[in-house]
Amino acid sequence: MAPYESETAGRRKATRYVVPVAVVGVAAATIGLVPALADSGNPDLPKLSAQQLIEKIAKSDVQQMSGTVKISTDLGLPSLGGAAGAFTPGGGGPSGSADGKGGSSADPQSKLMELASGTHTLRVATDGPDRQKLSVLDSAAEYSVIHNGDEVWAYDSASNEAYHAKNAKDAGAARDRAEKQGRDKRETRDGVPATPKQLADEVLKASGKTTSISVEGTAQVAGRDAYKLLVKPKQAGSTVGGITISVDAKTGLPLKFTLAPAGGGKAVVDAGFTTVDFSKPAASTFDFTPPKGAKVTEGDDHKAPGMSHDKSHAPKDLPKGMRKDMPKDMPKELRAGQGGGGLNDLKVLGEGWTSVAELKLPGGHGLPTGGSGSGSGDVPPEAQKFMNALGDHVKGKFGSGTVFSTRLVNALVTDDGKVYVGAVTKDALVKAANAAH
Amino acid sequence: MSQAEAAPVGAVTVDSVPVRKRIWTLGLFRSELVTTFRRWRTLALLAVLAGVPILVGIAVKIETSGDSPAAGGGGGGPAFIAQITNNGLFLVFTALAATLPFFLPMAVGVVAGDAIAGEASAGTLRYLLVAPAGRTRLLLTKYAATMTFCLVATLVVAATALATGALLFPLGDVVTISGTRIGFGEGLVRALLIALVVAASLVGIAALGLFVSTLTNSGIAAMATTVGLLITVQILDQIPQLHAIQPYLFSHRWLSFADLMREPVYWDDLVKNLGLQGLYAAVFGSAAWARFTAKDITA
Repeated sequence: MAPYESETAGRRKATRYVVPVAVVGVAAATIGLVPALADSGNPDLPKLSAQQLIEKIAKSDVQQMSGTVKISTDLGLPSLGGAAGAFTPGGGGPSGSADGKGGSSADPQSKLMELASGTHTLRVATDGPDRQKLSVLDSAAEYSVIHNGDEVWAYDSASNEAYHAKNAKDAGAARDRAEKQGRDKRETRDGVPATPKQLADEVLKASGKTTSISVEGTAQVAGRDAYKLLVKPKQAGSTVGGITISVDAKTGLPLKFTLAPAGGGKAVVDAGFTTVDFSKPAASTFDFTPPKGAKVTEGDDHKAPGMSHDKSHAPKDLPKGMRKDMPKDMPKELRAGQGGGGLNDLKVLGEGWTSVAELKLPGGHGLPTGGSGSGSGDVPPEAQKFMNALGDHVKGKFGSGTVFSTRLVNALVTDDGKVYVGAVTKDALVKAANAAH
Repeated sequence: MSQAEAAPVGAVTVDSVPVRKRIWTLGLFRSELVTTFRRWRTLALLAVLAGVPILVGIAVKIETSGDSPAAGGGGGGPAFIAQITNNGLFLVFTALAATLPFFLPMAVGVVAGDAIAGEASAGTLRYLLVAPAGRTRLLLTKYAATMTFCLVATLVVAATALATGALLFPLGDVVTISGTRIGFGEGLVRALLIALVVAASLVGIAALGLFVSTLTNSGIAAMATTVGLLITVQILDQIPQLHAIQPYLFSHRWLSFADLMREPVYWDDLVKNLGLQGLYAAVFGSAAWARFTAKDITA
């Protein structure tokens, strides 16, 4: 073979490899471009004031819908996934080990704690006030909470276990009330505003001092045009940068909820619909009879309402609930998860976004048990040192203590056994502790 | 998909060629199938695959025949295992979930890796090319035969599992993992769909194996490399720090077939999985083509 010939042959061989490389290139371009193209459209919607938008939310009366929700939570805590299940039944809950039933994996409490960290896909379906379903999609398994009439079922397909609470009528009714009117539980419960307009006025007035509420353009959420409502703390010292709520322009249903930390970076909580459908869900969605052989745990009647209300309600509401009170609720929930039953003397210092909760640890010196709830009290000095290493030492008028930080919530544990918790910066926390002393 | 693809591969090349050639192409495909499925190695692989659901079924039966038939193992073990005692159909899903991570792709890797390199090391490749088949068509035939094996292997697992499940456990209405109830007939349809999705999930590794097979003249080396790649990818998929690349690993969404058991079916991951398998097939299929058509055949 002449050298020239073999050279062209070689080149021809090499050009064939262009095909796979081109395929990779096209695929990469598609993967890179498609989300960008999908994002680019900020829909043109008529301008609305914050007042009008809140009215719209309040007026919203979506009875029938179903959809898929994606929730990403990054509190800056170590992964709670496994740990949460491990310590909730014992430490956390009203339904826990007291009656020895804490073991069921279908118990809504332990399951829904997992939502506190990581990314999860949920499905929700609602058909009127009597029927709701919430499913947490796991790998090759699903955890569903189904409310149909006066029955509440929870079913864990991974372990084939079910949890059943009956006569939860009150709970159901209360939940529905909260859900219907319920973008703002607090106001509703205080028994006030009759019309959406009044409610909007109320909300704006109540929040005026501490919070700025504004409409920040539009967005596409789950293929629907939405307004973005931005809720921002006016007070300095809050760790909350801002809360964005995307509200469906047609129905007024909040579709997406994003909580950004003041420190910047990834959102702490990002929950929103990825698909949403306002037609009536199939009736069979809400039918549940436990499969043959499934282990059924009966919830106690008097406990069921609380459980179905608080627990199954919370995550479902998260994406759609417009929660001004979110930042205030958040530390509360964390406390419920972490602190266990031993909290007493709870005081709230300050107001609005910078409110700090003060509480006493049982037995005075309880630093290491502050996080785990099940504390046996006696901790080896090495562990103590380790715990101290996790936080920053601070000194002030209150004495000295340790600050434990997450991306949203900071906690100051003083050496004399007091705990200050709030969604505020370290400095603000120390100031609050000083003031309280 | 695999079934759908296996047939068209023959059909796509076919339209433009005369009838005589078409028969001849199918003949090549048929003889390829016969060679593949007549090998003792292939039969042994299929027997191992058939053994898995039988073993799982018997193990679950023994485990639960004692005093507490209801306890479902607390959620451990392969997906769906808790439901087997109540409905034998779930053995199909469990068996597929148990074999998909390793047994099935390993078998496919062996067959795909052997496809070209095996011929080369046996010294039969050049005789295949002496016939006026063309290298591209030979490669397509090999790939079609490999994908047929994917489908057959999956169906063997599913069918054995169904038979074992029907023998050892009751059958009846199926409770989906969303908690809703569907009839046994629809359950069977879902099982078949799941088997097809599982077979389609193997398309990616089949293409990868075929590409590796064109790189070497040693059948053993090609099989070992393919299975080695499979293990490597499975390990990479477990390392949390690598989450950025994991969505692009061919095994990442394999278990998404379980989404067919949700009500309503959750399509997102299924579609992504099938798309990814198609991408792997396109990339490594064309790479195999580039290599094979340009290669010096010495054996």
